[in-house]
Amino acid sequence: MTASPINTAQVRKSGRFLFQASVVLLCAWVLVPIYFLLINTLSSPETVASFPKPFWPEFDLGSLSFFANFAGMLKALKNSIIVASLTMVMAIAFGAPAGYALSRFDFRGKETFRVLILLTRAFPLPLLALPLAVLFIRTGLDDTLFGLALVHTTLAIPFAVLITFSLFSGIPIELEEAAWTLGCTRFTAFTKVVLPLIAPGIAASAIFAFVISWNEVFAAAVLTIENRTLTAFLLQSLGTSPLHLKFAGGFILVVPALVFIFAVRKYLFAMWGIANR
Amino acid sequence: MSFKMALMGATAAMALASTAQADVLFWSTQAKPVEETQAMRDQVLAGAGQKVDYQANDGGPWLTRLQAEIEAGKGTIGVLGALHGDFSALKAEELVDLSSVDLGGVKVNATFAKLAKLGTDGQPYLPWMQASYIMAANKKALAYLPAGADINALSYDQLIEWTANVEKETGEKKFGFPAGPDGLKHRFFQGYLYPSYTNGVVRSFKSDAAVTAWEKFKELWSHTNPGATNYNFMQEQLLSEEVWIAFDHSSRLANAFNEKPDEFVAFPAPAGPTGRGFMPVIAGIAIPKTAPDMEASKALIAYMMKPETQIATLRATNFFPVIDVALPDDLPPSVKAAGDAIAKMSGAPDANPGLLPAGLGDQGGAFSKVYSDTFERIVLAGQDIRTVLDDEGAILNGIMQKTGAKCWAPDAPSEGACPVE
Amino acid sequence: MNARLLPYVLILPVTVFLCVFFLYPFALVAQQAFAGDGGFGLENFRHVVSDWKFPISLKNTLLLAALVVPVQLALSLLMATMVTRMEKGRDLVLYIWTIPLGISDLAAGLIWLAIFDQSGFLNSMMAGLGVIDRPVSLLNYQHPGIVLAAIALAEIWRATAIMLVILVAGIGLIPKEYYEAAEVFGASPWQRFYKITLPLLRPSLQTALVLRIILAFEVFAVVAALGGTVFPVLMGQTYELQFALNNSAGAAAMALIILGISIGFTLLVLRVLRVPKGARI
Repeated sequence: MTASPINTAQVRKSGRFLFQASVVLLCAWVLVPIYFLLINTLSSPETVASFPKPFWPEFDLGSLSFFANFAGMLKALKNSIIVASLTMVMAIAFGAPAGYALSRFDFRGKETFRVLILLTRAFPLPLLALPLAVLFIRTGLDDTLFGLALVHTTLAIPFAVLITFSLFSGIPIELEEAAWTLGCTRFTAFTKVVLPLIAPGIAASAIFAFVISWNEVFAAAVLTIENRTLTAFLLQSLGTSPLHLKFAGGFILVVPALVFIFAVRKYLFAMWGIANR
Repeated sequence: MSFKMALMGATAAMALASTAQADVLFWSTQAKPVEETQAMRDQVLAGAGQKVDYQANDGGPWLTRLQAEIEAGKGTIGVLGALHGDFSALKAEELVDLSSVDLGGVKVNATFAKLAKLGTDGQPYLPWMQASYIMAANKKALAYLPAGADINALSYDQLIEWTANVEKETGEKKFGFPAGPDGLKHRFFQGYLYPSYTNGVVRSFKSDAAVTAWEKFKELWSHTNPGATNYNFMQEQLLSEEVWIAFDHSSRLANAFNEKPDEFVAFPAPAGPTGRGFMPVIAGIAIPKTAPDMEASKALIAYMMKPETQIATLRATNFFPVIDVALPDDLPPSVKAAGDAIAKMSGAPDANPGLLPAGLGDQGGAFSKVYSDTFERIVLAGQDIRTVLDDEGAILNGIMQKTGAKCWAPDAPSEGACPVE
Repeated sequence: MNARLLPYVLILPVTVFLCVFFLYPFALVAQQAFAGDGGFGLENFRHVVSDWKFPISLKNTLLLAALVVPVQLALSLLMATMVTRMEKGRDLVLYIWTIPLGISDLAAGLIWLAIFDQSGFLNSMMAGLGVIDRPVSLLNYQHPGIVLAAIALAEIWRATAIMLVILVAGIGLIPKEYYEAAEVFGASPWQRFYKITLPLLRPSLQTALVLRIILAFEVFAVVAALGGTVFPVLMGQTYELQFALNNSAGAAAMALIILGISIGFTLLVLRVLRVPKGARI
């Protein structure tokens, strides 16, 4: 801080207060709606329909236990995790090299390639589901978790490519060049110097891939029959279900995604910028 | 990374090893609420004598999957369950002719069975279960009924007066109408408002009587909870008491009766100058040409039509049997309430029953859009009734000409395509 | 390896992948949009554009994007800078702020409907505070402003985290030495943000904006939950054409229109936030 020496302490103090207050406020902005979901999840059907709503959960586990007895939940949960993990691995394995190429090289067709990547995200999947399903049925990919993961990877790839592209762009090429002069090949320079720096990008791509796959309903509903994912299994029937079950089902879907984000959150910080400050 | 690789290998192996199942896949758009799905599996299909995988879907995935299987020429779906409208949007030759299935002497409602022929000689789908749209009210609202009005023989004018009374006394608009994006508002116009005021649906679409009908509806709407544009299932707003009086599909009201049987009453839809218009909801079952095990599918169809199964289905889904069968006494409150109301409605001296649209093929959605668009333009956007009816009437006429669909009750029969007069 | 071939080798897998799983079905669907009675034609486009709801949906979609995206940009930049300046609890705060990422749009619609519903939490809160004596209907055709505000709030809540995560990952790459040097020369925090963070963050900003804009034009589930029949958007019309009206050619035409709009805006962002060649720091 470089405010004038007279009231530095005061300014700093009020500045810090303002800062902390905003952090708390923004946290509340995110958490309060989720808290409401929790209240409704843990309320009896009567309370969910009542007015005014309570601001404290009554810990009625009726709605949640309904789902505990719903046939096939655990298998669907397992399927969802498998598909999301596959999606994550494939999106990064395919996407990161392309992100690197976009940031480091000028090549013919670069713009076309970028537009192709963006197109992928700008067209609604439910319309593509029919030709894809026909293709899958004919090739035997139909109703496999791997097949569904392929479709979800398509959705996640634009995120993986563009995020890694923007992060590679932020790493000075001099750093790589320095490594080359020190005897590294392009490949070893990449793995030893660049890769560690891009960890946050990989983490961000992984989060996106996982969450996209986790929350995708339509393709999952069309392309899996025996091997339904949790979202296809639950979410599409929620719209027509009684209110209290809507909330409980929504809550059940949210929890695993939150656990996953929690697990990878720390990789979001680079090893060099913030992390060693 | 090695962990991820191992994971990938393992999951790929699992994915490839997914074994072929012999269960019959019942691919349905009905009984979608999780509790109903559960009941279909545990109470209805558990006794089918073969393993059945009942999967309830939104219309989008349901249709997409079915189309994909038909296009690919092979499939996993064994039996289809859907509404009349869903089936009429399919090509009849994509479905197996069910006229040869041995139903073991069960008598299927003849009107519905004929409708299910979809204009062919065969039986592309079989009626499976039926419901209707009814009215429901919180008992608190009964105190405000207009003097001399019989709740079981209301007229639209009385309904308007009733809702106006409620608004005057409580200061709140407490009529509820499912005008949300997934609400069944168009069915109210097609099967209730139009027949009650114009004794028709298509022919009389832009008649002077239709103008009166819309004026009346606007009047009713002025006492309707304005949040109705977000209402899809009236049971929710009945239970939360956002509304006291509501119109909806009987199964979309069921929860209110089941959760608080003593607080609600069900009653017939009101009558207009040309009678008490109402229409049924018919769900059917069919077998796609691509079914993997035709015998198993046919056995399941026969099972679904058995009297015991039809009763079990009624308990699970609030949809009534389509065959001749005596109903037991110990039915859930929602079924009793809806059953009574429907019986009174169809038994009323001024009953004016309509049929479901027939012969519209894949234009069924466009047909319904005409009615919901008319509603949105007249009531929500406040456009001039005459202008809107002329506009939409032209679109409706185009649909009728394109499909060549003949008139159905209560419209007078037509030679060729049903004309908008 | 040959440096001229290397980029092609690197983009080959993803290109092949997208060709099979995106371009192939896309071409089939797009073809439908142009198929008319007499072969190739624009009939389907004319048909969907002439629907009375099309101008309203278009206006609503653009309005919502114009309202939501700038707020999200500002908010995510603010949050990202705040996270980097934090000494304690950074992990936890960042986690909390990214939570909405894990919530599907369908679930988000459910949550926010529970808030704005007539018997929802907002009304309960106002009743508890004595502001109102009976629940008022907020989301209805008589209050288009409230409907729009509710949808915008829900979208801001749900999708700001998408940009936040990208920006946080990008900010992490800015060498701390730059800030130290700026501090030595007496730059104010605002100057440091404006002169160092913003320019160096440009690649990430560009990515975040592009992805967000594309998603903004595909907005659907939250709008359907809160806006009901009152607030039609383009994507909702597309789904209606495809699944309710059995008009897949019309739906394909509509989807291509949305695609055209998003690509147009995307190119604009790419032009404005052009990342200088090589993006040397």
